[in-house]
Amino acid sequence: MELIVASSIGILTTGGVYLLLRLRTFPVILGLALLSYAVNVFLFASGRLAIDQSPILSKYGDASYTDPLPQALVLTAIVISFGMTAVLVMLGLGAYLEADSDRIDLDPDHSDTDDENERAA
Amino acid sequence: MHWIILPVILPALLAPIIAFAMRHDITLARVASVAGTSLLLVIALGLASLAADGTTHVYRLGDWPAPFGIVLVLDRLSALMVVLTSALALIVLIHAITTGWDARGRHFHALFQFQLMGVCGAFLTGDIFNLFVFFEVLLIASYGLMIHSGGKERMQAGLQYVVMNLAGSTLFLFALGTLYASTGTLNIADLAVRIPEIPIEEAALVRVAVILLMIVFALKAALFPVQFWLPATYAQAPAPVAALFAIMTKVGAYAILRVHTTVFGPGSAGTEDLAGTWLFPAAIVTIAIGALGVLGARRLMPLIAFSVVGSMGTLFISVAMFTPLGMSAALYYMVHSTFAAACLFLIADLVVSRRSGDRLSPEAPTVQNGLFAALFFAAAIAMAGMPPLSGFLGKLLILDAIRAPDTIVWGWSAVLIGSLLTIVGFGRAGSILFWKSTSITPEAETAQAPPPAPATVGQVAPVMLTLAVLAGLAVFAGPVSAYLGETASQLFDRQGYVDAVLNPSEGG
Repeated sequence: MELIVASSIGILTTGGVYLLLRLRTFPVILGLALLSYAVNVFLFASGRLAIDQSPILSKYGDASYTDPLPQALVLTAIVISFGMTAVLVMLGLGAYLEADSDRIDLDPDHSDTDDENERAA
Repeated sequence: MHWIILPVILPALLAPIIAFAMRHDITLARVASVAGTSLLLVIALGLASLAADGTTHVYRLGDWPAPFGIVLVLDRLSALMVVLTSALALIVLIHAITTGWDARGRHFHALFQFQLMGVCGAFLTGDIFNLFVFFEVLLIASYGLMIHSGGKERMQAGLQYVVMNLAGSTLFLFALGTLYASTGTLNIADLAVRIPEIPIEEAALVRVAVILLMIVFALKAALFPVQFWLPATYAQAPAPVAALFAIMTKVGAYAILRVHTTVFGPGSAGTEDLAGTWLFPAAIVTIAIGALGVLGARRLMPLIAFSVVGSMGTLFISVAMFTPLGMSAALYYMVHSTFAAACLFLIADLVVSRRSGDRLSPEAPTVQNGLFAALFFAAAIAMAGMPPLSGFLGKLLILDAIRAPDTIVWGWSAVLIGSLLTIVGFGRAGSILFWKSTSITPEAETAQAPPPAPATVGQVAPVMLTLAVLAGLAVFAGPVSAYLGETASQLFDRQGYVDAVLNPSEGG
């Protein structure tokens, strides 16, 4: 169980970081999504891993329960990362339509002139 | 004591009203936005007078006692930051309205209010996960403001800014997960109780969280090695937005001040040595990058953005001491550099909008060359840290705070050489923009084009106001630094903070 959770977080993070370094809009968005999945699972694990336990104290004497706070944190994190991904997709589309290029990096020396367009032409 | 939550509630209510009810009427939106921001300033001043006697006020949301519920905490530092935010916001808003920036895209005022909500919330919260949420609120508003009025370069720079911050948010969550796993709480006061109890040999996990949090806050504060986003973002953002963003870097600085002093700071055996050790060299490199950037910039907006980077380095060199003296110097410089950066961006906007672009090349003077030159000169003096404005006193206080034998050589060299390079850079920019251009006679075809409209009183007033604030900071440096000294000593009073939040009967 611990091994599965830990390695899945690791793999998701690795994939996320790799895609994040691709410097093209679509892979970067996917990479950030993978990273946010990884962090959600990680937040879950921060409240200790438990199976088949409710996140509330039982009044029938059974004292074992799983920590509810990380679940609340994960819920918040999911909502925020979902919203942010939506914003990012719109922004990426906007930048692509404006610039005709989906590169994320900027070259400040060229961004103020039309050098690039002239060279391309 | 419901006043404490008003700086969050007021913009949070005003923004949707502006977005939905006033979206077709820019005049109405302007009136509402200015009224709301003025009210925010009044509330902030009220809160500051409430906190001025040194008590730490706590507002429990839903009346849940800490650490189970979320609390807002008002002490001298939070009150100071909220006042700073609202004063800056009002000045920037006037500029945005009088220059017409707010009408060049949609929903400027709604996003502006959401931005204020996030910033004020981040300054007031006493819960570190809540801090994350307010960070996201202010970020998502800033994404909208950053790409306000669109354009190719702005969209690309905005995209880069968003990706950078989303990666930062992920890192923030990892840090919070680690912190929660090792301490079982996310309330700042509760953390301040539990972290010192962890012996150094068991603190490995917490130390990881400390460094992760520091990277996240350093990303916001544009500290080396995560400062790369700032020049492109600030240079491409609409000028009033860049001026407002002067407070955004300070949110990161505030978070480091609060978390790495109250929670991980002196007294926590396992973590107290970490932040200062890493912050000091990072701050020195940041100053170097800022100064070289100012010297090498070929356009005006990136030049100012690099001077902001340099000022953040100067600020953190003082923070890295983690002494009350260093903190009070850092706070003085923080107030100063916020207004100095805003002032530079506002005057640059007035200049650039009357030229063909922000390239540093001589062009025939248009209108009011002398007035703009004088304003730019004053703002550059403030930013570079020359007398008589407050930058000089701020840097003097910082030099005084880093006099320890092991920091004086590197610290003084960095601050002094950095200031020199910044002065040279600004001198070069100013003389190209305003001085050389007087020797150029307008060409025939440009002479026939109608000259740009001269700046109205309303457009110059915000710049004058920031300069007046800077002059006021210098004139009243005595009382201000005495107040900031008390603020810093309250920041180091860990027990007082903990008592106020966790034992409400004592702290109220």
